Order: sequence, then C-alpha cells, then structure tokens
Amino acid sequence: MGAIITLSLLGILVLYLGLYKAKNALLPVSILGLLLALGFEAYYWNVEADPLYSGMVIFDHFSLSFSMLCIALTILILLLSKEYFRAISNNIAEYYTLILFSLTGAILVCSYHNFAMLFIGLEIMSVALYILAGIRRNDKASNEASLKYFLMGAFSTGFLLFGITLLYGSTGSFDLAAIKQHIVDNPTGISPMFYGGILLLLVGLCFKVGAAPFHFWTPDVYDGSPILITTFMSTVVKIASFAGFLKLFSMVLVPLNEFWTPVLLTVVIITLFLGNVTALMQTSFKRMLAYSSISHAGYMLFAILSIGANSASGILAYSAAYGLASIVAFGGLILVKRQVGSDHFESFNGLGKRNPWLAFSITIAMLSLAGIPLTAGFIGKFMMFSNVMNDYHTVLLILAAINAAVGVYYYLRVVVHMYFMKSEAEQTVSMPVNFQVVFVVAVILTIVLGVYPDLILRFI
Amino acid sequence: MDNLIILLLLPVISAIILAFIKTSSAKWAALVLSLIQLGLTIPFICHFVPDASVQFAASWDWINSLGIQFQIGLDGISLPMLILTNGLIPLIILASFGHDQKGGFYGLVSFMQAGLVLVFISLDAFSFYVGWEAALIPIYFICALWGDGDRIKVNLKFFVYTFFGSLLMLIAIIYLYQQTGGRAMSWTALTGLELTEGAQNWVFWAFFIAFAIKIPLFPLHSWQPDTYTHAPSTGTMLLSGIMLKMGLFGLLRWLLPLTPEAVMQYGNIALIMGIIGVVYGSIIAFKMKDAKRLIAYSSIAHVGLIAAGIFSFTQEGIQGAILQMINHGISVVGLFFVIDIIQRRTGTRDLSDLGGLASNMPILAIAFLIIIMGAVGLPLTNGFIGEFLLLKGIFGSAWNGVWFAVIGGTTLIFGAVYMLRFYQKTMLGPINDGHMSVKDVSGYEVLVLSILVILIILIGVLPNGLLHLSEASVTQLLENIK
Repeated sequence: MGAIITLSLLGILVLYLGLYKAKNALLPVSILGLLLALGFEAYYWNVEADPLYSGMVIFDHFSLSFSMLCIALTILILLLSKEYFRAISNNIAEYYTLILFSLTGAILVCSYHNFAMLFIGLEIMSVALYILAGIRRNDKASNEASLKYFLMGAFSTGFLLFGITLLYGSTGSFDLAAIKQHIVDNPTGISPMFYGGILLLLVGLCFKVGAAPFHFWTPDVYDGSPILITTFMSTVVKIASFAGFLKLFSMVLVPLNEFWTPVLLTVVIITLFLGNVTALMQTSFKRMLAYSSISHAGYMLFAILSIGANSASGILAYSAAYGLASIVAFGGLILVKRQVGSDHFESFNGLGKRNPWLAFSITIAMLSLAGIPLTAGFIGKFMMFSNVMNDYHTVLLILAAINAAVGVYYYLRVVVHMYFMKSEAEQTVSMPVNFQVVFVVAVILTIVLGVYPDLILRFI
Repeated sequence: MDNLIILLLLPVISAIILAFIKTSSAKWAALVLSLIQLGLTIPFICHFVPDASVQFAASWDWINSLGIQFQIGLDGISLPMLILTNGLIPLIILASFGHDQKGGFYGLVSFMQAGLVLVFISLDAFSFYVGWEAALIPIYFICALWGDGDRIKVNLKFFVYTFFGSLLMLIAIIYLYQQTGGRAMSWTALTGLELTEGAQNWVFWAFFIAFAIKIPLFPLHSWQPDTYTHAPSTGTMLLSGIMLKMGLFGLLRWLLPLTPEAVMQYGNIALIMGIIGVVYGSIIAFKMKDAKRLIAYSSIAHVGLIAAGIFSFTQEGIQGAILQMINHGISVVGLFFVIDIIQRRTGTRDLSDLGGLASNMPILAIAFLIIIMGAVGLPLTNGFIGEFLLLKGIFGSAWNGVWFAVIGGTTLIFGAVYMLRFYQKTMLGPINDGHMSVKDVSGYEVLVLSILVILIILIGVLPNGLLHLSEASVTQLLENIK
C-alpha cells in the first residue's frame, strides 16, 4: 500500500514543482519517489499477504513482483525522458505527473483483490494515458491516437464493466475469493449469466492487452503517440494488464477453464498470426514494433492458457525480457529519429558504423525479442512454450514455432539495416549519458537474465 | 586444468578480448588464443580412456527453479568432434591471414567456437540447445558482413531456415522435459524416458528435421549452396568444416538414443535421403562452373553418405561416419582454401576462366592434388578409410543395404570425375592470358597446406588412433538402440 500512496503523493508533488517552475527538480524527485515506492514494495515482500481494506487489494508475491517490475521499467523510461519531453512541450511537469498516475493505476491492477479495484485501477491507468497519447496538441497523428485510444478504451471498459456486473449478478460479490468460492461450491449450478460475464471480461481484457481481434487501436495509437509514451504503453501498461488478466483467469476462473480455453485459444492463434504477418510488411520501425507487440501479447496469453503453477513466473520472466528489450528498441529509435528525422528502417542504415554501441544494444534487444538463447527473451519463450506443453497443446506450439521463425525475419531486418547497408549520412549518432546508462543497464540485465534466469524465476 | 569448462570459457573470453582489438594484429592474437585452446584440449585427449564411459563429467546447478543443470562431459563420440573443432579453428584462422580482417571478425569466430564446443560437450538438452543457437548467430554475422553477392537475402534465408528447424527441436526438448515431470533436462534423464510410440514418432521427426536442415540432407538442403557460395572463405570453412557436424553429431548423441524405436522404424527413410543426396549432389557438382558451388554440392554428397552410414546402424557405419566427419572437415577446408588462394590471385573462381595454373604454382598443384585424392577417397588417404567403412556399414545394414551400398559406391566414381574435372580445369590445360604472372603459394599458405596434407596422409595410413577412440562408445550406442 505504501507504494500506491507514495506514487499518488509524488504525482501531486511533481505537479506543484511544475507550477513553481522547478523544472530541473522534476526528474530527480520523480526518480527518488519511484525508488521509495520500490523500497516499500520490497519491504512488503516478507510480510504475510492477506487481502487488505475489506479485501480490496492484496500484496502477495505475485502482485509485488509485477509491481516492482512496472516501477523499475518506469524508472528506466523516465531516465530516457530528460531531454525528450522538453523538446516537445513546455509543460513538462504534466508528463511526469500523468506517467506517475498511470503507474499508480498499473500497480492497482497488479494488486487488486476486488473487481471494483480492477476497474478503478484500469481507469486510472488509462485516463492518464488518453491525455499522454495526445499531448502533442498540434500534431494530427497524436490527436488521432488519443481519440482512437479514448474511444476504444471507453468501449472496452464498457465490456469489462458489463462483465463484472454479470458476475456480480450471479455470485453477489465483487470479491475474487468469494467468486472463486462460488465456483467451487456450485460445480454444476453455474448460471448462464456467469458464463456471459466471463466472455465479456475476456473481450474487455483482450482490448486492454491488444490481442486480436480486438487489437485495431494498437498500431495507430502506438504509432501516433510520442515514442516514450508508446514505450510506456507497450511495456508497463501492457505488463500490468497481463498481470490483472492472469490473476483473474488462472487464479479465480480456473475451474471453468473448459469453457474459456477454446475461446482464448482462438484469440491466441489469431493474435500470433495477425501480429506477425502484419509486422512482416511494415516499413516503419515504430509500426513494426507496434505489430510485434501484438504478437508478443499472443505469446503472453500462453501463460493464461496454461494452468500450471509456473505460469506466473513464466509471464514475469517474459514481461521483464520484453520490457527491457522494448525500452532499448524505442530508445534507439528516439536517438535515430532525432538525427535522421524518420522512423523507417532505412534510418538505421549504417548504424553499426555510426554508433557501434547503440547498434550492439539494439541487436541484443532484437535477439531478445526474437527469443534467441543467452538473452532473457529466450527464457521467457522457453517458459511460455514449456507451460503450454504441460497442457498438451502441441498443435499450438507448432504454430507458435512458425510464428517465432517469422518473427526472427523482421527483427533481423533492423540488424540487416544497421550492419549490412551503407548510409548516406556519415555522421555519428551521439548518445547522451542518460541513454548510455539505461542501455547499459537494460543490455546487461537482458544477458544476465538470459544466462542465469533463476534470478527472476525464483521470484514467484 | 582438468575441468572441461575451461574449453568453453576460453573462447568466450577470447571473443571479448578480440572484439576490442582494432588493429591488424588481431589475427595474431586470434591465432595465439586458438592455439592455446588447442593446447588445452591435448591433456583431455591424452587422459581419455577409450571405453564407453562419460569422462571429465562435471555439472553445476543452473536454473534451480526449473530443475535444469549444466552438465558437460566427453565420450568416444564427442571427443573426436572436440578435436575437430579445436584443431581446425587455428587452421581456419591461419587460412584467413590473406584477408586482413579486424578484431570483430575474429571475435565472432571465437564466439562461434564456444557455441560449437558447448554443443559437443554438453550432456543436457538445455545447454545443447543454447550452444546450437549460440553457434548460429556469429556465423550469420560473419557470412552476412563479409560475404559477397546477394549476401543479405541468402543469409536471411539460411538463418530463418535453420532457426525454424531449431524451434522444432526446442519443442521436442520441452516435451521431453515435461515428460520427466518438469524436473530434469539431462541426457541420462531424457534418454531414460519410456515414450509411447506416437510420442517417439513426432519427437523423432522434430529432432530429425532440425538436424537434417543443419547437415543438410536432401531435400532440406536448399539454403546450403547459396550460403556457401556467398560467404567469405572463412565462413564457408566454418560452416562446412565444423558446423554441419553439429547436425551429424546430434543424430548420434540425441536422436538415436532418445527415440530408438522410431529410429528403427524410419531410419530407412533417412538412409534413403542420405543416398539420394549422394547421387543428387554428385550430379549437380559435375555441372557447376563456380568452384565454390561445386564444392558446396560435393559437400551435400559427402554428408549424405555420412548420414547414410549413421542410419545403417552398424559398428563400421557409425565409426566410419565419425572418422569421415573429421576427414570431410579437413578436405573441405583444404578445398575452400585452394579456391580462396586461386581467387585472391586471379580474381575469379569460375572454372571456364581458369586453367594451366600448375605451371606457375607447382607447390599449390601438388598440395591441391593430394587434397583432392583425400576428398575422392583414394587409398592411403584419409578419405579412403572413411568411405570404405561407411560403405561397408551400409552394405551390412538391415534394409537392402547391398543396393544402397552399390548406389553409394558410385559416388566414389562420380566424386572422382567432378573433382578431377575441377583439378583439370584449374591447374592443367592452356593458361588464361591474364594469369601468366600469378605467384605460387608462400608463407602461411604453405604452412596451412602442408598441415592439411600431412593430416590427410597421416590419418590415411594410421586411422586406428582415431577409430579406437570411438569404438567402445559406438558399440554401447548400438546396444542401447537395438
């Protein structure tokens, strides 16, 4: 709970700092506050986990590890923001505040124990993002992204809320434990209303994580938003949504898995193919990452399909790998775009010569996203495949293998452009210190987690 | 120093050191480091007792929460492969001296060596897979960065093709891992599983396709000629000399013991694929004008015969296969080196533009002749022993072995024809006017060629040392699957 309070207060504090023109204090204060929140979460690690505040939230190892991952990733993203926000707007304080509020929502989504909290968390997380997506007020793409995100988000929240209502209608409770008890007590007498509720929840959550066929907003929103906001959306927000998704389905609705598994299986297969095949056809690096994030959502849904005990640690490892690699990829894009002015693959031409370290970092990130051994991405993929194999979805695995091979193709395209193509512009790409720090941390973590994954798998 | 892990760590450390050397002294550093690696391998060869046991075994806890341990060790099948890897890489590095490469290049070679060593010494499926992929990344960069022609497209095809195979293998590995209850990845645990017939069948095909792509066996070979042709000569040597042995080795170490019943059921298909490859590769090689392409197709023929020997399930066949893997490594490195020498001097490797080089390059002509003798398997060369054992093994196999041996035997004749044609078109006949002033080999080139020639004759005359190493392990392998 300490983390949630800290972050809420921090958001307001940062807003006041902006009011009093203390622009240089914004970043240090935000980082310190985040570290404090991280410390609170770590402190709760050894405390007995019981639902708190009339069963509203729970801080068990599952919630804490995902919250800590979200906070850590936010720290990395904010470190990248030093020059970035200043370049696009005068009101920098709003950025920090909104990101912090959104993070607060994300942590609530990770730790809910009551549907009311899930809904509030998702809304806090999303509303801040609707503004962030459109924060470049004079940019048409940014406005379009914001509007699309808002409309789609509101739509999906409607589904979600309706689902929650139906579940409440048939069980008489918002509490996860009570709902689970209801399922266990009435193995045969589950009302059709309850099943309807599950379907609607599934649709709402698939919207939030950007799984096909509810993914239509993702590419445009990711493409139109400022790059750092896209980074935040595709890492922290996505990971938190998955944590919420996983908690609901693999902890509460597990006994009914025969009902929702076929539905989810269809969603997974469509998501994998759609994300991958469309990513293959992109000419813009940013859009490629947007579509590839759809296919990653497909892989992460594997964890929800499998009901084994390892699914939580699997999705945590996958999220960590995916988050770190995405931050490097988007960070690299910021630097390249700043100099070349375009986010097409061609802008990366000759980067191997123009800035070998940047090219190396992006290569490691791409290999991790593609799931090549010795990177964290491989461990994530291994865990996902392994969990699904546990339940004998062999056909799904074969399809996933085909998709992974397709994925390698488009991830390597960046590498091809960086190393094997000559650039017209010969000047080097400079790399500010804060970028260097973030990249070094992310690359080292990616390799360390890839070589010694126990560090993260032990968590849950 | 009697811990195998040193052979894995040294190349990784070398790779990091080499990556930072920006001057042309990188090649010397690379050579010295690879010679140290070779020197460290020798004690293991000397202390190896040629029985069927796993020696120098070591294991560490790796991923405790998944029950995965890091296990390595040597037996009579992996030791020859380790000798091949650590012996050939110094030669390959020496052979690249004419290209003046920088540290990054040699760093990748060293990193690849680490992957190859891991594949050969690992005794758990997880580290085997890690090594398998870790060898692929550096060779992709070597081929795509320093290759020629349509290198980007060709290597992307190579990468995606082999990666898809690897993923199939990964799925099979995960399946086996789940069969142990998600607790063990070790070779002993996985081979000890009692799999149902259906499970064996698909695990067999998943592993077999992964290995067959890497080897490559007909009809999964389509990445190979282009990749070999457009790779830099060092890359081609690494690919054909060592890397494809990963696939053949994988058959022996993993496929045969894992799914013995499926192997007995489908082994004849694999045998036929190998024999088709022999005939197909030989015929196409005969038609090729590009020297590199010629050797690429001849390589398909050679590895086809090796695979057929493995699937003959006879003592001679498998021992011959292990010996022939080493022989093929030596001869193919020699052949690609000769092509490299010719290309650097004349600027072409097109057979129709070449000829008569023997008059200006007598030393090369002699060495080249001996290497070709080895490649076609003339008596007193290493190729003879290998091919003889392979054919004898195929002859004795349970499925119409006689006919396969007869068809495979024609490869010897075919091989002689296209290899001699290759020799004649480059060394004999009228010389191209532009090539009147080419100089004979000198310095490091003579050194590389002499070492290769000595090895070819030495193994040809005294093959027992190498055969003795693998004898007991192969006997045990055959007992286990029958």
